[in-house]
Amino acid sequence: MSGLDVNVHGATGAMSIDVAFRAGGAPLLIVGPNGAGKTSVLMMILGALAPGRGRVTLDGAPLFDHDRRIDVSVERRRIGFVPQRYALFPHLSVLDNVAYGVRAPSRAERLRLAREALADLDASALAGRRPPQLSGGEMQRVALARALACRPRALLMDEPLAALDVTIRRDVRRFLAERLRALAIPTVLVTHDVDDAEALDGDMVVIEAGSVVQAGRLDDLTRAPATEFVTQFVSRRAR
Amino acid sequence: MPEPLNGAPLARDWRDRLVAVTWPAVTGLVSGLLLLLVLLPIAGLLFASPPGKLLRGLSDPLVGPAIRLTLATTIVSLLLIVACGTPLAWAIARRRGGFWRVLETVIELPVVLPPAVAGVALLLAFGRRGLLGPGLAAFGIGLPFSSAAVVLAQSFVAAPFYVQAAIAAFRRLDGDLVLVARTLGASWPRVFFTVAVPLSWPALAGGAALSWARALGEFGATLMFAGQKMGRTQTLPLAIYTALESDLQTAQSLSIILVAVAFALLMAIRAGARR
Repeated sequence: MSGLDVNVHGATGAMSIDVAFRAGGAPLLIVGPNGAGKTSVLMMILGALAPGRGRVTLDGAPLFDHDRRIDVSVERRRIGFVPQRYALFPHLSVLDNVAYGVRAPSRAERLRLAREALADLDASALAGRRPPQLSGGEMQRVALARALACRPRALLMDEPLAALDVTIRRDVRRFLAERLRALAIPTVLVTHDVDDAEALDGDMVVIEAGSVVQAGRLDDLTRAPATEFVTQFVSRRAR
Repeated sequence: MPEPLNGAPLARDWRDRLVAVTWPAVTGLVSGLLLLLVLLPIAGLLFASPPGKLLRGLSDPLVGPAIRLTLATTIVSLLLIVACGTPLAWAIARRRGGFWRVLETVIELPVVLPPAVAGVALLLAFGRRGLLGPGLAAFGIGLPFSSAAVVLAQSFVAAPFYVQAAIAAFRRLDGDLVLVARTLGASWPRVFFTVAVPLSWPALAGGAALSWARALGEFGATLMFAGQKMGRTQTLPLAIYTALESDLQTAQSLSIILVAVAFALLMAIRAGARR
């Protein structure tokens, strides 16, 4: 029963959401035009936005179940989140950022685990720095280390590469693809870049106007694009 | 010099020249009028008596108790405002909707209320025949004309300055920081104390300074609700009012102290805002 099952419906503000997918071993990539509801779906998985109806289940345990009136609060879901602009705490050092969510009996132990998480992402050298002193790629590593340091049961990333300079995007993308494949937890990424989809090589879900219009591998989407948006999206694929 | 269009010279019209001369003169004159209106009374305060007389003014028996009482009551008021106002501002800043908007307006109300109205309102709430008066009296508590009444009057008029600044600061906070903290397992209290307050603290300090300045100057509501007892309810502004009837120098000296403190607080707020 391992994996993240999302099945959410209902209106949020001006948009109606009607989305179902499952994220298992490989990274799941959500693509879609601006304003399609991708971020709203992430918020529903995190618990920051309540779906009107439906279920969100992680490894078989419900996080949200409208019929059974279950709605686990954000801080108890244990889902790591890396927002588009990384949202590092600017008043804390990199090490304290990573240690923020770590549970351990002593501060020394928390810092040790945080150092370990930084080392896992080859970012030990950044420990003493402050977030404003970091480059975009470094911020992303720290944000990822912070999310992974508290051993989440799933990981969500919103446009993880969009804020980065084009010149470094390729390296960061390769690094990210490598690390995410090594993770043993369900991972959901929102992206608008076909290169990300190619490198991360996961299942894809295309959302338009709040609904899933196509799902499958990138090759499936390329072979038979279901909508104008998908046609455009796969046409940017390098041949 | 721009290229002339169609060969026509770009000579300045006489109207342009007139405006160029009169505009600075007119704006300078009207701005100067307002500046004078503010500066002259302050100059009067500072220079109307020789410094020696001013120092003697401070030896009036009114002065010591008034300064001590003002410091004590305004510090208690400020602690009360910050301790209760910060969570209130956080709650208001994080919510939308009619009720919270009305609440925000109610909090702001004392800023525009006449002090006399504040005094009447406080009497009608906490006075002997007010809403809570009989209940308090049952416990042997009589608030009016006590130092506690001074604190209540100061808190009533000064709280909005802090709460408004805190609401604005919390609204400026990046929502992703709060969300990420929660995904990392932080409870709401932990988010408040480890993310919201530390990141907003320069603005909170500015609001607190403004609020303190307002409490220091509180006069009307205190006079009506707390009265004029030396050492118990006679704060600096009330002492100035009393001294005015007997010894102008004392009133002047105390006024200068208040002006100096207010000026220092404003400068500190500006310096803090620039950082």
